[in-house]
Amino acid sequence: MSKDYETVIGLEVHVELATKTKIFCGCSTAFGGAPNTHTCPVCTGMPGSLPVLNKQVVEHAIAVGLATNCSITRYCKFDRKNYFYPDNPQNYQISQLYLPICRNGSVEIETSSGKKSIGIHEIHMEEDAGKLIHDEWEDCSLVDFNRSGVPLIEIVSEPDMRSAEEVIAYLDKLRMIIQYLGASDCKLNEGSMRADVNLSVREAGASQFGTRTEMKNLNSFKAIARAIEAEKNRQIDLIESGEAVIQETRRWDDAKEYSYAMRSKEDAQDYRYFPEPDLVPVEISDAWIQKIQSRQPEMRTEKQERYKSEYGLPDYDAEILTSSKYLADLFEATAKLCQSPKKVSNWLMGETMRLLKEREMDPEDIHFSPANLAKLISLTEDGSLNSTVAKEVFEKIFQEDIDPVAYVESHGLKTVNDEGALRSAAQQAIQDNPKSVEDYRNGKEKAIGFLVGQTMKAMKGKANPGMVNQILKELLKK
Amino acid sequence: MSMKEITAFTAVQLAEKIKGREISVVEATQAALEQIDQTEGLINSYVTVDREGALHQAQEVQEKLDQNILASPLAGVPVAIKDNMCTAGMLTTCSSKILENFVPTYTAEAVQNLVNAGAVIIGKTNMDEFAMGSTTETSAFGITKNPRNFAHVPGGSSGGSCAAVAAQECFYALGSDTGGSIRQPSSFCGVTGLKPTYGTVSRYGLIAYGSSLDQIGPIAKDVTDCAAVLEAIASYDKKDSTSIIRRDTDFTSALVDDVKGMKIGIPRDYLGEGLGPEVKAAVLAAAKALEEKGALIEEFDLSLVEYAIPAYYVIACAEASSNLARFDGVKYGYRTKASEGLHQMYKKSRSEGFGPEVKRRIMLGSFVLSSGYYDAYYLKALRTKALIKQAFDRAFQKFDLILGPTAPTTAPEIGSSLRDPLKMYLGDIYTISVNLAGLPAISLPCGTDSKGLPIGLQLIGDCFQEKKIIQAAYTYEQG
Repeated sequence: MSKDYETVIGLEVHVELATKTKIFCGCSTAFGGAPNTHTCPVCTGMPGSLPVLNKQVVEHAIAVGLATNCSITRYCKFDRKNYFYPDNPQNYQISQLYLPICRNGSVEIETSSGKKSIGIHEIHMEEDAGKLIHDEWEDCSLVDFNRSGVPLIEIVSEPDMRSAEEVIAYLDKLRMIIQYLGASDCKLNEGSMRADVNLSVREAGASQFGTRTEMKNLNSFKAIARAIEAEKNRQIDLIESGEAVIQETRRWDDAKEYSYAMRSKEDAQDYRYFPEPDLVPVEISDAWIQKIQSRQPEMRTEKQERYKSEYGLPDYDAEILTSSKYLADLFEATAKLCQSPKKVSNWLMGETMRLLKEREMDPEDIHFSPANLAKLISLTEDGSLNSTVAKEVFEKIFQEDIDPVAYVESHGLKTVNDEGALRSAAQQAIQDNPKSVEDYRNGKEKAIGFLVGQTMKAMKGKANPGMVNQILKELLKK
Repeated sequence: MSMKEITAFTAVQLAEKIKGREISVVEATQAALEQIDQTEGLINSYVTVDREGALHQAQEVQEKLDQNILASPLAGVPVAIKDNMCTAGMLTTCSSKILENFVPTYTAEAVQNLVNAGAVIIGKTNMDEFAMGSTTETSAFGITKNPRNFAHVPGGSSGGSCAAVAAQECFYALGSDTGGSIRQPSSFCGVTGLKPTYGTVSRYGLIAYGSSLDQIGPIAKDVTDCAAVLEAIASYDKKDSTSIIRRDTDFTSALVDDVKGMKIGIPRDYLGEGLGPEVKAAVLAAAKALEEKGALIEEFDLSLVEYAIPAYYVIACAEASSNLARFDGVKYGYRTKASEGLHQMYKKSRSEGFGPEVKRRIMLGSFVLSSGYYDAYYLKALRTKALIKQAFDRAFQKFDLILGPTAPTTAPEIGSSLRDPLKMYLGDIYTISVNLAGLPAISLPCGTDSKGLPIGLQLIGDCFQEKKIIQAAYTYEQG
């Protein structure tokens, strides 16, 4: 590569809002469900049916807009986006083009190169489409309208990002804000958060943007990072070899780490947008905005401060725990049950994070109950479990949410606090390892560690290490 | 009482006879069905006649009346419903091949209001396909003929409903009016039809043509029936976001024979070129009659009348092109027999399922919404609509009502209109601006031409002034 290139990235992020009912009818938004069971004449596009706006959707959109420093459009309208596709029962999507609910916002991100503000062009409300299921066996396609009409907001950023790292930081920030607001669970793997990446490259220092492509089908942060890297390289290769980048929509195949063109600008559809005549304009008053503002939940910085003052946690703990709303909620629920907040924090920051990383999971994928973690902590506190065994038990909790009390009982994992048994095991260790005894007596205090280990081994790990240490010291004094 | 005597009653008269136990609901229903047997072959007002369902319903309503659990003024009276309103379990076609097999799972709110009031649904009436037309000739299920003269059209698009009322095949009917579709066929068939203020009657379950203009209204033998039916169907409906909460829906209270001091304006623009001389004479005679009863009549310039038709066709067709997109062969309705792939299935199903007038309007609507044309056509039409509304606002500062013809001519001969659609569109000149401005208006008979074809008088009110319209129309009707 002879020249320096700059990558310019803007994001369109779709977020499914956490309302109980759909955006324009009373059907449930629950994920899953037998096909076409969460449907009615409205969300299946039956003739004569009419949409009625779910107020909760507007409130969530305003809440997200306020938290991302947007100005709220006081008189906003819905528009119809016309296109034919079988997952779209009316063959138009009710969306917002001319007067979106939020505009001109920004969020601050932090990467290895420091802090940066990413502009938000607009946020608009719209309805989700149904799902097509292609039956290869029968050679036909079936439509499930359960998702049809699930409320979405689309957050359109400015082309302010320059690297995959910034994109991930931006998405992380958005996800955290929206989760804190309770506006969505933002699960990429369930599709409740979806990002399309608009990317172009240009020579470093150039004032004009290059031709951009839009990348779709990005289902994880890792896929997004990989797709950005691949698309950047693809475009640079084209430019270097004297070819032109074509403005087009591409689909990412994460398994093959390759994207292919879906449609170019030439066959871009004319969506024939026009104001939705079946809905009246939404007028948003100052009082309504103030009401939503006053209901905004505690955001990350406030939570961090509270963790330090209320639970006496160090800065580092407060920062890690509040990095995800799920983790913070789990912490608070567990701390409420066991009165040892620092210990709860240790379990979450240590073992929990380790297991999440090992299994490539996100905090929202955690499914163990606060009660079981709290029980585990009290088992360690009363000396019933030593830390090694406790870690094993925690893995079971993490995986299967088992009740640690019952588990420890049934698997005979309880620490042996019987002094007689410990004393004889320690005596045996002393007899079997005269070299270590000698070293210890000659002032090499560390040698006792080996003896503790041997005693623990004899006790099959179920001994209280502190007690073993004490007994050994006592015996060795003799 | 003979069947003929029964079918001659108005809806309100029949309801009283039913309440007085002089006529049973089943007898009334049978009378209408018998009339249908005699005249349907000549007129073709209906797409569907639901004999069994109607007789069953009649029995049920009679039982409720006998148990005194149904007190509504129209209980037991058989009604016909335009075939663009959904009726659960009953074929609803919009007179289109594309919905030839469509049976809705739910009932339109306006129809449900009638059912709750004890109406007996006789069947579904013929119309111009998707309400696009002024003659009921664009129906996929045959032309409806004018009961006054079988060589002539009944008007449209609610031609089936108006013909059924005129031929006494029902006691009253529901129609829908997007650009005159209740008033113009009422005028041609010599019946009374009222288009309410936009938002008065729920559109839920009305298969949309032009959503911002569509409104359901009554078609009946006289003004009294129209007031009573409107009272029954008007309701605030949470399922229709454009529905309006009104506390003044006691429309029958306006059935008062008195227009003293009422200021009525006649737009000079409505009396000029294109207006048939016999129609003009009849309408001016009607104005004279109201003047003699104490109304103050004055001619004035409404302005912008010539812009209403282009603005209407741009807006209505734009909305229609989107509203009719759902008819694609995927979920319900007609699907082409053989096709390869999705794109061809869409194309063939829609090409085979829609008639030429519907295709014409979908194409026109798609065109005016296309990028590059949106501002030039659609936005301009919306601005024109706003200006037309302002022109009416100015007129209603001065007048209680506006009086004029419903249509420039009486019913044309069958086959003469579709040859020249532009001329047909011009026939809507007096009705269309009312929809653009969202106003209420009535058409009621004011005589006949030399061929014996009915002429319609139109009275237009300001928004929510149906009562003024009803009062003036009732006064005129009393003579």
